[in-house]
Amino acid sequence: MPYHKINADDLKYLKSLVEPDRFLSGKEINEDYSHDELGGIFHYPDVLMLVLSTEEVSHIMKYAYEKNIPVVVRGSGTGLVGASVAIEGGIMIDTSLMTKVIELDEANLTLTLQPGMLLMELQSYVQDKGFFYPPDPGEKSATIGGNISTNAGGMRAVKYGVTRDYVRGLTVVLTTGEIIHIGGKVVKNSSGYALKDLMIGSEGTLGIITEAILKILPLPKYSLSMLIPFASMEAAIECVPKIVGSQAQPTAIEYMARETLLFSEDYLGKKFPDTKSPAYLLLTFDGNSEEYVRGEYKETAEFCLKEGSLDVFLVDTDERKSSVWGARGSFLEAIKGSTSEMDECDVVVPRSHVAEFIEYTHDVEKELGVRIPSFGHAGDGNLHVYICRDKLSDEEWKKTLASAFDKFYSKAEELGGQISGEHGIGYAKKGFLKHMLGDTTISLMRGIKGVFDPKNLLNPGKIIS
Amino acid sequence: MDILVCVKQVPGSSDVEVDPVTGVLKREGFSTKLNPYDLYSIEMAMSLREKYGGTVRAITMGPPQAKQALLETVWMGADGGVLLTDRAFGGADCLATSYALSQAVHKMSSYDLILCGKQTTDGDTAQVGSELSEELGIPNIGNAISIKLEREGFITVTQNLDDRIVTAEIPLPCLVCVDGDINSPRLPSYKRSKQVPQNAFTSLTLKDIEDQDKTHYGLLGSRTNVERIFPPEKNADRKTLTGTSSELATQISDILKTGKFIG
Repeated sequence: MPYHKINADDLKYLKSLVEPDRFLSGKEINEDYSHDELGGIFHYPDVLMLVLSTEEVSHIMKYAYEKNIPVVVRGSGTGLVGASVAIEGGIMIDTSLMTKVIELDEANLTLTLQPGMLLMELQSYVQDKGFFYPPDPGEKSATIGGNISTNAGGMRAVKYGVTRDYVRGLTVVLTTGEIIHIGGKVVKNSSGYALKDLMIGSEGTLGIITEAILKILPLPKYSLSMLIPFASMEAAIECVPKIVGSQAQPTAIEYMARETLLFSEDYLGKKFPDTKSPAYLLLTFDGNSEEYVRGEYKETAEFCLKEGSLDVFLVDTDERKSSVWGARGSFLEAIKGSTSEMDECDVVVPRSHVAEFIEYTHDVEKELGVRIPSFGHAGDGNLHVYICRDKLSDEEWKKTLASAFDKFYSKAEELGGQISGEHGIGYAKKGFLKHMLGDTTISLMRGIKGVFDPKNLLNPGKIIS
Repeated sequence: MDILVCVKQVPGSSDVEVDPVTGVLKREGFSTKLNPYDLYSIEMAMSLREKYGGTVRAITMGPPQAKQALLETVWMGADGGVLLTDRAFGGADCLATSYALSQAVHKMSSYDLILCGKQTTDGDTAQVGSELSEELGIPNIGNAISIKLEREGFITVTQNLDDRIVTAEIPLPCLVCVDGDINSPRLPSYKRSKQVPQNAFTSLTLKDIEDQDKTHYGLLGSRTNVERIFPPEKNADRKTLTGTSSELATQISDILKTGKFIG
């Protein structure tokens, strides 16, 4: 059944559901709302509603369900796969004003909050109170709702896991407008199908998250990082599974090529502390005593030197951490700034195959004659590979991009990997998902979508449609 | 060029505690680090050595554990250092500190250039560099952003004086206070930490220096009376602005003008 096109009566009714300044339509809607961070996929919603509560979302959904209007939910719009683009128009629900902390429960180590709180605000909120929310995706201005919707991973996944591991419960508005609470403050839960986990990573296609109960931890008292130079990227990456297999327990193992560091220097206008070597690993350790963390550092430093690192640099003070991690945080923007256009492959492979995959990106780089810089979470196998357009014509770019993605996803499949480690599928990667997962799995996913959203109103055209 | 770099061990974080009775900074049990401003002067010293040859040695005054600060300079690339440590030096203000340092410098072998950081993050006085040069009777220049050796016996220093850039030629030996944030200090090397030579450090106490009159050092030699030390109040004021884009732009511009961030 075709979607209902919003008319004057709809506008009048929808406008009555929120305060006037939180309702925009047509040309009042800023261009930002027509795309996400990576761009490339553009479409405006017909209506933009900035919501403040679960009830408001429920009222909107009830109307949308009754009238058959598609609905897309959006946080900060920092996604990289077009998931929050209203490709069918309709209503866009913006949760970025839902920033309240509802409860910090110190006895249960949980934080209940609204989905619009930014990751950086959330991290600093809990840290000020002596707690720690471990997931640490690079994009700190993403909302926690967005992080949950993509099951964002980030840099501490090696030791602490990903967003899913820190979501205890969710309040969700269903396509009918009904409100459900799934999971809770409980540590264990063996009560039926894991709907909470299904909702996590569903990119707004199954329901709208309006409240989350997060698991938090006591804040580790001490942390330090080490920057480890290697004579080649191969040598650096080959060391990663060995570090993982040793007794060390780093929170993060990131890899970076000199080329990426130089882009970052240009972008930030600030020199990186060391760019003499072709490749680096960046590791972090944390713990409750300086002695323990320094011990881990020393053991791993010895291990890396034995495994062929050129040196090990200590990154222990706030100033040193900021000079190194500040550069790491700028890589995406820095690569973006180095080219006319780019697209990203957020592939994840078993850690033992990271080296092989990166070597393969170099082969593809030569074969297709394009620049393909990369960086990423070597410790958890999640790589960020960027195909840069530079001076290619429209036609060449489309052809090259399609060919590069085909090659990368085929290689990932061959190595037992997956299409997305943390950015999601959205609109941009759904063709690849279908290809990799096959008809049976996709039809199971379609079945799930059909149960939650029989009228296909929630973020249509994404993931599996 | 033989370079001495003055360094200081300071509290490891800005969350410091002050003894409410004595008004003295609590250092026991709290982490320490090399003064962040000194990192820029160390980096400057290393790059001068790479360019013109010579040696880089660090000098610090502090309790025995301040040796850690010297060790770190060696891990960063310094050739060695001198620790000036004695109970008699405790509680020194900048005058007594610079006098004690000048005595230690007299005991060290010859040097061409002394580098200091802009200031420390605990004392914040930014006085010791200039006072040390006065005690040693050598010229000094502050706010340096670059140093070049263009003529035998002289260095050319570029200073950033906020409203203007000044280039000056100064005869060696001299003392230069290096500005903050002018380079990217290299990181301490684990490999170097394993190769520190036995004789890299010298320790000097009161009896090792020429003037052994205790009244010239520490609290007794200080001309500053500290009535109270307290951590600054944290200012986390936030203001939420509302309005249309152009109203917001005007409001932000007014705030920046009032705060003299823009002209």
